[in-house]
Amino acid sequence: MIRRLLLRSPVVATLGVFVLLYAVSAIRYPAFTRPNVFLNLFSDHAALGIAAVGITLVIISGGIDLSVGAMIGFTSVVLAVLIEQNHLHPMLAVLVVLLIGTALGTGMGWIIRTFALPPFLVTLAGMFFARGMGLVVSLKSLSITDERFTAFGAWEASIGSLRIPSVSLVFLAVVALGAWLGRYTRFGRNVYAIGGSEDSAVLMGLPVGATKIRVYAFSAFCSALAGVIFALKGSSGYAHAGAGLEMDAIAATVVGGTLLSGGVGAVPGTLIGVLIFGVIQTLVLFENLNSWWGRIAIGLLLLMFVLVQRIVTRRAA
Amino acid sequence: MSRQPETKQKQRGGIPLFWPLAALALLLLYNAVFTQDFLTLTIRNGQLYGSLVDILNRGAPIMLVAIGMTLVISTRGVDLSVGAVIAISGAIAAWLIVAHDTPPALVILLTLLGAALCGIWNGALVAFLDIQPIVATLILMVAGRGIAQLITQGQILTFRDPVINFIAGGSLFYLPFSVTIVVVTLALTAVLMRWTALGLFIESVGANEPAARLAGVNTTFVKVFVYTFCGICAGIAGLIAVSNISGADSNNAGLNAELDGILATVIGGTSLNGGRFFLVGSIVGALIIQTLTTTILSSDVPPHYTLVVKSVVVLAVCLLQSDAMQASIRRLATKGGAA
Repeated sequence: MIRRLLLRSPVVATLGVFVLLYAVSAIRYPAFTRPNVFLNLFSDHAALGIAAVGITLVIISGGIDLSVGAMIGFTSVVLAVLIEQNHLHPMLAVLVVLLIGTALGTGMGWIIRTFALPPFLVTLAGMFFARGMGLVVSLKSLSITDERFTAFGAWEASIGSLRIPSVSLVFLAVVALGAWLGRYTRFGRNVYAIGGSEDSAVLMGLPVGATKIRVYAFSAFCSALAGVIFALKGSSGYAHAGAGLEMDAIAATVVGGTLLSGGVGAVPGTLIGVLIFGVIQTLVLFENLNSWWGRIAIGLLLLMFVLVQRIVTRRAA
Repeated sequence: MSRQPETKQKQRGGIPLFWPLAALALLLLYNAVFTQDFLTLTIRNGQLYGSLVDILNRGAPIMLVAIGMTLVISTRGVDLSVGAVIAISGAIAAWLIVAHDTPPALVILLTLLGAALCGIWNGALVAFLDIQPIVATLILMVAGRGIAQLITQGQILTFRDPVINFIAGGSLFYLPFSVTIVVVTLALTAVLMRWTALGLFIESVGANEPAARLAGVNTTFVKVFVYTFCGICAGIAGLIAVSNISGADSNNAGLNAELDGILATVIGGTSLNGGRFFLVGSIVGALIIQTLTTTILSSDVPPHYTLVVKSVVVLAVCLLQSDAMQASIRRLATKGGAA
C-alpha cells in the first residue's frame, strides 16, 4: 500500500520527510512554529529554487545543466552594469539579461542537439563561459543603488499580519510556471517522453530536437532570473555569485523525487526539495553547529533518497 | 557495404591520439613563438627550471586525477567526488601530522587508505546498489568538503615535514618529484591494464555490461575496483596539493578537479559512453588544459579571461571529436580526394 503510494508519487516521500523534519525542528525550537521562519525559507532560497525548477525539466528530459550557478553570477553582474553604468531602466535591464541568458541556453541546446554531444560537457563549457564572461565584465562586486530596482526588492505583499517578500512571489510563480509546463503542455509531455526513451520519442515522431533546445533555453531563462533575484536580494551583482549552486540545485531536485536517469519527476517535488534544503540549513544555524554539518546532512539526505528511490523502482521493475 | 565497418574500425583506432596531440602541439607552437623564454630551460640546484617544467609540475594533480577518471569513464561511469576526495585526503594527511605527529610513511599510507575507502564507498553504491554513477558520486561530492572540514575543524592546518614537503617541492632526475609520481602511476596502471586482462574486463563492462557478465566477467569487482583506483589517484593528488602549500585547505584543495579530470579524459579520446580507454590520451588532455592555463597566465591577456578561453577551447575540441563533425570532415576529405 505504502509502496504503491510511493511509486505513484515520489513527491509523497519527499513531503513526508519535510513534514517530519519540520515537526522535529518545531519541537526542539518553538521559533519554527512562527510563520515568518517558514516564509523565510522561500525568500532565503529563492535563487536556488528558481534555478532548480529549470534543472528539474532538464533532468526529466534525461540531460543535465551545470551552467546555472555561473549564469547567476554572470546575469547579476551584467544587470548591475546595465542599471548603474548604462542607466537603463531596471525593467528593460532585467528583460535584456533574461534575453541574454535564454540565448545562451538556446545556443547550448542547439550544440547538444546538432552535434549529439553529452549535455554534461556542453553545459560545462557553458559554465566556464558564463563565469568567465562575468569576470570579464567586472571582477568586483557592483552595488545597485537605483531606487526603482531596490524598491521592488524590498517590496512585500501583506496578507493579514504575514509579509511575503517580492522574491518569494517570483519563486512561487516560477514553480507554478514549471509545474504547468511539465504537466499540462505538449512541450512538457515531450520532455517526459524524451527522458523516458529518446529512441521511442524519435520513432513516435515527436519533435525531439526542438524540445531539447527549448528545455535548455528554459533552464537558462530560470537561472538568469535567479541571477536577477540574487541582485534584488543583495542589491548588487557579483561574478562569483552562485558558485557551486548547480550541485545544490541538482541535489534538491533528486531529493524532490526526480530521477537523474530521466523520464520521472515533477517540479512541485523540487519545491519541497529546496524547502528541505532550507530547513536543514536553518536547523544547523539554530543548533549553533558548524556550517560543515549542513553539507554532511544534505549528503546523508541525498543518500537516503537515492536508496529509497532505488528500492521503489527496483520493486516496480 | 562490407568494407564500411572495417574502415570505421581503422579510423577509431587511428584517430584518438591525433587530435589531442595536434591541439597540444599547436598550443606549444603558439607559446614557442609568442611567449618569451618559453622553451628556455635552466639548471639550478640540480633541477630544471622553465615554463615546460612548470606545466608538468602544475599539471601533475590533473594528470593523476585523469588516470583514475579514465578507467571510471571507460566503464560508462563518472566520478564527481574526486575534488572532495582530494580535500579529504589533504585533511587526513595534515591532521595526522599536526595532531598526532605521525611518521611520514604512515601518513602517506593512511591518507591513501582513506582515499581508497572513499573510492570503495562510491564503488559499493554503484556496483552493489546499482545506483547511477553520477548520483552515487554526487553524494560524496556534496558531503566530502564537509567531512574534510570536520577533520580539520574548519581550519587550515599548516605543518613542516621534510618528507611530505618533498612530494611536491623536491626534485628527482632533474625534474620535480611530482613528475616521477605521475610517470610511475601511469606506468603501473598501463602495465596492470595491458599486461593483464583487467583492462579488457574494464572495457567490456563499459561496452556491454550484461554481455560481460554472461561471459563470466565479475562486473561487480571491476566496478568497485575502478572507483577505488580513482579514489587512490585522487588521494595521491591530494598529497601533492597538501605538500604544495604545506597545509590542508578544505575549501579550495582540488576545487573543480572533477571537471578538469573529466575534460582531460574526454579531450584525450575516451568516450563518455564507455567501452574504450586511452590512458596516454588523458595525460595529453591534462597537459592541454594545464598548457592553456599557463599560456593565458604568461600572455598579455588579463588572467580573468582564462575561463572564457578555456570554454572556447573545450567546446572546439569536443566539437572536433563529435561524430557529426567527423563525418563532415570525412566528406570534405573524400570530396577533395575525388576532385
